[in-house]
Amino acid sequence: MAARNPYEVLGVKKDASEDEIRSAYRKLAKRYHPDLNPGNKEAEARFKEISGANDILGDKDKRARFDRGEIDASGAERPEAAYSRYRGFAEGAPGEKYEYRSAEGMAPEDLDDLFAMFGRGARGQRAGGTIRLRGADQQYSLTVDFLASVNGAKQRLSLAPDKSLDVTIPAGVRDGQVLRLQGQGGAGLNGGPNGDALIEIHVAPHAFFRRDGDDIHVDLPVTLGEAVLGGKVTVPTPAGPVSMTIPANSNTGRVLRLKGKGVAGRGDEYVTLKLVLPDGGDSELADFLKQWAAKHPYDPRRGMT
Amino acid sequence: MIGIDALIRMIAGLQEAELRRWIDERWVRPERAATGFVFREVDVARVRLIVELRQELAIDEEALPVVLQLLDQVYALRRRLKAMSDAIDAQPDAVRQAVQARLVRDAGGDED
Repeated sequence: MAARNPYEVLGVKKDASEDEIRSAYRKLAKRYHPDLNPGNKEAEARFKEISGANDILGDKDKRARFDRGEIDASGAERPEAAYSRYRGFAEGAPGEKYEYRSAEGMAPEDLDDLFAMFGRGARGQRAGGTIRLRGADQQYSLTVDFLASVNGAKQRLSLAPDKSLDVTIPAGVRDGQVLRLQGQGGAGLNGGPNGDALIEIHVAPHAFFRRDGDDIHVDLPVTLGEAVLGGKVTVPTPAGPVSMTIPANSNTGRVLRLKGKGVAGRGDEYVTLKLVLPDGGDSELADFLKQWAAKHPYDPRRGMT
Repeated sequence: MIGIDALIRMIAGLQEAELRRWIDERWVRPERAATGFVFREVDVARVRLIVELRQELAIDEEALPVVLQLLDQVYALRRRLKAMSDAIDAQPDAVRQAVQARLVRDAGGDED
């Protein structure tokens, strides 16, 4: 293979100073030094090329000869390193004497976590020369609708085209909660137990219920008559409609509490009243209010001035 | 296995004082014999590496322990990976294939 132009290899201009060449070489050598890149063949090849280029450009005489065309780019290519690189030892048993130890002089056992990671949970057991391995945990995500998350439900989850699972969704499950179904994950090896299926629950939002902890919040539209005179109304809750009494003279924004009507019997439902005028207006109401307003002036904005 | 004098002659640009300092810092760990320090091949290669890091890569002695510590961790991990992959290689075909399939799948990104 023809060697590349050493100026190109180091990425410097023809008229680069010695300092520029040295700094370009160091930058590249730091990145591609083979002992800093164990197992990376490309880095090794790049480093050889970089060293070769530096052998020419880092030496005044050789650089001058190269510039005059007396030697070519491969002319000074380093012979294959005459000594053994550190990584050749470090990757084998001799490297163990430089095993990393923390400042406290702790044994390197923490690195053995790597073995522990392997077969985690199942703790690969040796039996008759074969390793029994617990199957891998498998992760799924399941979107449930709001009412199912509050009340609990059974829902079918398809794991694969030919495999599905009936998942029991516990009442009160939260968005982001993970359900663990024991033994429903990957198959174990050599008689090892199956892994688990981990199912992350996503709760779809509801058209009018909102959840806050174990409480439910809902905005309830009321008529002008209900707001002024009070009365019984039907209010939806996740467990089904219930009847509620609105006190007379209830302003819009008033919050009423339905005790025990929150999530899974734990929280409450908070009902915020929203006054809704009749669609398209009402001339009788308008006429009445013209007279009434003249006789009963009040300023709901006095606190704002 | 060579002594300190032979080692210094062998590696260009290596000063005895700095080598002794590296030994004191335990960056290089030769054995001690009645005749003085004895360096194994791995020690010689490590000294060369430190000389290259210091001279060619201009890593100063303040930064050197950080570099060496990280390198030692990388090589410790690689020794364990090697042991693990040897252990997998020694398994029956079905196990090796299952492991390989799983590794390929994990490397293929998220499945959802």
